[in-house]
Amino acid sequence: MLEIGLAHYLTLAAILFTLGVFGIFINRKNVIIILMSIELLLLSVNINLVAFSANLGDLVGQVFSLFILTVAAAEAAIGLAILVVYFRNRGSIYVDDINVMKG
Amino acid sequence: MPIAVVPNFALAAPEIFLALAAMALLVTGAFMNERSAARVTSYGGVLALLVTAGIVLSMNKASRMTFGETFIFDGFAAFMKVMILVSAAAVVFMAKEYLIRHEIDRFEFPILVMLATLGMIMMVSANDFIALYLGLELQSLALYVIASFQRDGTRSAEAGLKYFVLGALASGMLLYGMSLVYGFAGTTGFVPLADLFAHGGAPTGVIVGIVFILAGLAFKVSAVPFHMWTPDVYEGAPTPVTALFAVAPKIAAMGLLIRVMVGPFGDLGGQWQQIVIFISIASMILGAVAAINQRNIKRLMAYSSIGNMGYALIGLAVAAEAADPVIRADGIRNMLIFLAIYVFMNVGTFAVILTMRRGGRMIEDIDGLAGLSKTNPLMALCLGVFMFSMAGIPPFAGFLGKLYIFQSAVQAGLFPLAIIGVLASVVAAFYYIRIVKVMYFDAADEAFDSPIGMEMKSILVISFIFVTFFILFPVPLIAGATRATASLLGG
Repeated sequence: MLEIGLAHYLTLAAILFTLGVFGIFINRKNVIIILMSIELLLLSVNINLVAFSANLGDLVGQVFSLFILTVAAAEAAIGLAILVVYFRNRGSIYVDDINVMKG
Repeated sequence: MPIAVVPNFALAAPEIFLALAAMALLVTGAFMNERSAARVTSYGGVLALLVTAGIVLSMNKASRMTFGETFIFDGFAAFMKVMILVSAAAVVFMAKEYLIRHEIDRFEFPILVMLATLGMIMMVSANDFIALYLGLELQSLALYVIASFQRDGTRSAEAGLKYFVLGALASGMLLYGMSLVYGFAGTTGFVPLADLFAHGGAPTGVIVGIVFILAGLAFKVSAVPFHMWTPDVYEGAPTPVTALFAVAPKIAAMGLLIRVMVGPFGDLGGQWQQIVIFISIASMILGAVAAINQRNIKRLMAYSSIGNMGYALIGLAVAAEAADPVIRADGIRNMLIFLAIYVFMNVGTFAVILTMRRGGRMIEDIDGLAGLSKTNPLMALCLGVFMFSMAGIPPFAGFLGKLYIFQSAVQAGLFPLAIIGVLASVVAAFYYIRIVKVMYFDAADEAFDSPIGMEMKSILVISFIFVTFFILFPVPLIAGATRATASLLGG
């Protein structure tokens, strides 16, 4: 019988975190996907914190993850608002179009 | 036995006052008519920021903690807070005219700056990773919004979007590092962490966590290799916002970097020192080389700030390297002096940039300054002094700032840092002095729009006096920085 331990959770969180980072840098299509990747980053941290919290028998990690959830919601709202402003100006949210400034 | 005790709210008096003032101004702005509301919140915002700085100055600087050791007020926090608050107040003061001319003089602007500043002053007082994260996010979320404040401008929206995406990535890395430190050390408080690492060893998980935290914070101070957002955001954001980005968040993030690295991880200096040395050298070189080709003065200032953060980080490398507590303290002290001088030079330079306007249009090209010495000799003199100062030419303040920092590096035996620093500042002198050359020796262009407004004039005069005469009266700033360092290191 397989027991699920701390290492499994940490591996999962590390994979999700890496996916989030790659989603931001390799993604060439759509800014919405970048916003999703950012959420993935924050949620992978939450998995880490909750796993550590359960492992240590210490509540601080879970409290921290609640704070992160709250901030992530605010961050998503602001990100979408900026995206709407951007779309109104350019009529596109393709990553390749975000190139007015270069150098 | 009591279940809980009332924490000492007095230590957070500046934060509480600023938060209440921001909310009061928000309500005032919402109930007034649009045009006069912008003026009221602008002056009210400047006043509130300065009063907050006054509260900080009037407080007892002894190191004390409250809210269950998650919040600390000491001389170091006070020093950083005064710098942050004064520079934010200067930016709000200068911004009014620009915002009116560009028809974005909404009453929310000063309030957003106040909220960002609130986040910054919470950050430098943080004594726990949760407090640190919340302060940092309060700052970042407000700054994302003001970067895209010119809603009908393509470049401003793009700047906001880029800043948001990369800022969120930085927060993610910072958080991942914090979660690892929490997991392997079992606590998020700086005091227990410092006790835990006092003997100098730490589990590998904690070291990995520190690396992630350093990477996240390097993003916030725009140090190489995490600088790529800086030039685009500086260029695209409305100019007063760029002025704010160049000073207040940099100071706050540097304060945070010092607090985190010297506090809980101070005894692990050997583990993170290499990283700081690397990002310091890389930032100095990139700041010097990449700016040479820039024609846009806001982009140039972006690379200049990257380079300057590289110089400031030398102080942190010294703090990690030196075994001798005196040299250690000198490293931090000289870093604080450097940052204070940096604030004055940058605020002054941006005051000039904000007046570069012909026929109602902003000029951002360096060639637009041609012949300024004939059309407006006083402004040319001010900008010339700021540029000589940034290039590190005596007798201006910037020279002393760099001198102190390099002295520290030599004392700590970090010769490569000092040598590369001097070489980088020689290269950087080229583009600073080119601006002087354009102003004094190129054929005169049309004059800029005048009059330039009382706000710019007063900021220009104050920065000019500080930068020019600092060498005669350096004692107050040095004494202040010495006290701040002593309270940070001495507990």
